[in-house]
Formats: sequence, structure tokens, C-alpha cells
Amino acid sequence: MMLSAAKALAIRDLRLLWKRRGDSLQPALFALLVIVLFALALGSDSATLAKVSSAVLWVAVLLSGLLALDSLFRSDAEDGSLEQWMLAPVPLAWLVLVRTLTHWATTALPLIVCTPLLAELLQLPHAQLPMLLGSLLLGTPLLSLLGAVVAALTVGMRRSGILVALLALPLYVPVLVFGAGSVAADAQGLDGSGGLLWLAAGLVMALVLAPLTAAAAIRIALS
Amino acid sequence: MNRVTRWFHQLGSPPYFDRFAARWAPWLYAVGALVMLWGIWQGLFVVPSDYQQGDSFRILYIHVPSAWMSMAVFGLMAVYAAIALIWRIKLCEILAMACAPIGAWFTLITLVTGSIWGKPMWGTWWDWDPRLTTELILLFLYLGVIGLYHAIDDRRTAARAAALLAIVGVVLLPIIRYSVVWWHSLHQGQTISLFGESKMDASMLPPLWAMVIGTHVWFGGSLLARARADNIRRESGKDWVSRLGREKPAQDASNEPASKGAR
Repeated sequence: MMLSAAKALAIRDLRLLWKRRGDSLQPALFALLVIVLFALALGSDSATLAKVSSAVLWVAVLLSGLLALDSLFRSDAEDGSLEQWMLAPVPLAWLVLVRTLTHWATTALPLIVCTPLLAELLQLPHAQLPMLLGSLLLGTPLLSLLGAVVAALTVGMRRSGILVALLALPLYVPVLVFGAGSVAADAQGLDGSGGLLWLAAGLVMALVLAPLTAAAAIRIALS
Repeated sequence: MNRVTRWFHQLGSPPYFDRFAARWAPWLYAVGALVMLWGIWQGLFVVPSDYQQGDSFRILYIHVPSAWMSMAVFGLMAVYAAIALIWRIKLCEILAMACAPIGAWFTLITLVTGSIWGKPMWGTWWDWDPRLTTELILLFLYLGVIGLYHAIDDRRTAARAAALLAIVGVVLLPIIRYSVVWWHSLHQGQTISLFGESKMDASMLPPLWAMVIGTHVWFGGSLLARARADNIRRESGKDWVSRLGREKPAQDASNEPASKGAR
């Protein structure tokens, strides 16, 4: 029952996305723009770029995730699908989890695939690339899950705008610190795996708790 | 029914709370102001100056109590928020939302006094010290709660959404705090301890305790006044509110400046 519902929801989301496949490139495009702007502002000195590249990449990924957050539940709230979710025989939290993971796979995953190219633009030392990809793979689902709570809280509003950023950024702080921190520690020759383990622990916790919280927020917003 | 339990249940009714808040808020303001005045006077004029920091340490009599309050108010807000979400007590929603602006002001005062103290002591207005960073993030959390509360039109939905955010914030706050400490130790070895190894002299303590108690009492008054205003705004149109304006205009007018003074 739960699996068939999850499958139906995921297939529907993917089919909708395929109808407008250009949209799925938006996060990667936005990250590219941020990186180009950073590179232009910092100057062409490759040593300077290499030093800040991992941090800039993390911030670019985080910001593009923030941009994609609004589309998580917005269209379903507008056309009434969210009410159907609440009436569905499967738990609301389960549907929220499936939606969030689909959303992650269609917005953050393409970006992670592009990351080696973007890293090349910023002269990231090749030795840091595995650590960066690992921290992004663990960190971006965490960002999506935390973002789902924020998106659910603001789902009742017609326009959320800056409020989503204001609500999400404090919650994103630990993810950014452990994600970018583990790459920075790796670059300094320290053991960066501590940050990765923290991210993994946070991901496990968020996989359970974030959908429940987001479901509670949706119930409040639509009550 | 037990008298205490009955009083507690009565307090949940908006008209009863209004009378309770109208009676007690001025007293709390007065006692808080007196205690704080005594503390400020002692702290500024009576306590001897520090042998290392000179007179500039005296800002701690404002900084430390407001720093404590900024954390404590967030905790209290989360407790009210949990009660509001679990038992759906309308008054607790109002109280939780009344906590947020006061806590945000305490956080801002902490940050500003901290920077003013940091300029002569550390030679910089701002340092990405774990404590400062956590306090700044705490301010963002407060602003998020306030922003969410005011962005949703329906008052009850708004209060419950913001209450949920407050609970999420209080759960994540220790993690944020820990991550910031970890980040700090990773990025730079230099550490700054706010009060150093020097233990505070006994003569400096009584004004500090007075300020701590004073801010708590003042907070109580401010909370009641703000919650009362929100309560009346939400219940406007009800019979008891319209009677309130007609019967006792004098008492209502005397309370109005007090709630404005808390801003």
C-alpha cells in the first residue's frame, strides 16, 4: 500500500517534470551563475580561487537549493492535491518523504553531477574533489529535508519570498559548517571524516523526523 | 477542584487573563525597574573598577543578563509553543508569540553591548567567536518566528505554524551551537574567553544578580502587557472587550504607555 502510493507519487512527479524538463536545469544554471559571479569578483588569480573554491561551491549549492524550495509543495497546495494527500489512506509524512526525495533527485542530484565541471571552473584542487562530492551527497538530502519543513510552514502563504530564506538559513547552518568544514579540514591535511559522520548522523535523524514535522506543518497550514 | 488547578484553568479564559494581566503588568514593571535601577546605580558608581579592564567591564551588567534572557526566553517560548500545539490552549499561543519580540530585543541588546565591549577589549567590533555566532543565529531564529507569525493572515494558523518553528529551533539550537564551536576550532586556533580566567570579585556580584532578577521581572511585565494587547486584538468584537473600553477607560489608558515602553 505504502510502496504503491510512493511509486504512484514518484512516477507522477517525474512525468510532470519530464513535460517541463528545462526547469530541472534551473538549479544547476543558478549555481553556475553564482560561481561565475564569485570568480569575477575574486579576480582571476587561480591560487586565491583554489583556496575558497570548496566554500563557494557549497554556498552555490545551498543557495540553488533554497531557490528550488518554493516548488516543493507550492503547486500541490494551489491545485488542491495536498488536501488529497491528507485524506489519503497512507500517512502524510510518508508522502512528504517521497516527494522530498524525488525533489532532491531532480534538483540537487543533477547539480552534484555537474559539480566536477563547476569545480574545474574554480580551480578546485583535484585531491579535494572526492571529499566535496561525498559531503554534498550526504549534505544536500539533509538540506532538502530541512527545507521541506520550511516549505511546509510557508505553504499557506500566497508569496513566501524572503521569508523562506530567513527561516531556512539558521537551520542550514550546521549542514554548511559540517559539509564545507569537512572539505576544509581535508584540504589542511586533517581528518575530515568527522564532519561527514555528523552529516550522515543528521541525515538519518532528519529522514525520520523531518517528514513528521513537515506533515504537522502542512496540517497546520491547511487546517 | 484544587484551588491552584482551578486558577490555572481560569487563566486560560481571555477575559480572566485580561484582568490578571492588567492588574499585574504594572507591578512587575515597577518592581523590575526599581531592582534594575538599583543594580545600574551599584554597577556604575559603587563597584570598584576592574584592575585589567578598567571601567569598561561595567557593560556586563547589561550584557550578561540580556544574554541569559535571550536564551531563556527562547526556551520559554518553546514550552508555551509545545503547550499550545499539544493542548491547543489559545492563550499559550498568544504568550508564545509575545515572547518572540522581547527575546529578539534581548538578543539584539546582547549583540550590541557585546560589540561595544569588544571594540576596546578585543580591538574589533565583531569576531566570529562561537558565542557571538550562536547569538546572531538565535536572532535570525527569533526573526523567523516573528516573520512567520506576521506573514500568515489567520491568527491561529499563524501562531501554530510559528510555534512549530519555535520547537524546531529549540531542538536544533544545541546542534547549531555545537557545529559553530567545531567550525571555530577548525578555522582558527585563537580563542577568546569572555571573562578570562579571572574569577569575578565578590563585590561585583550583587549588582549583577540584581540586574538578572530585574530583567526577569521586567520580562514578566512585558510578556503580560504584550500578551494582553494581542489577546484584546484577537478577541475584538467580543462582548467583554467592548465593555472593557466603556467601563474602565482610566485603567486602560494608564496601561497603554507601559506596553509601548517595552518595545
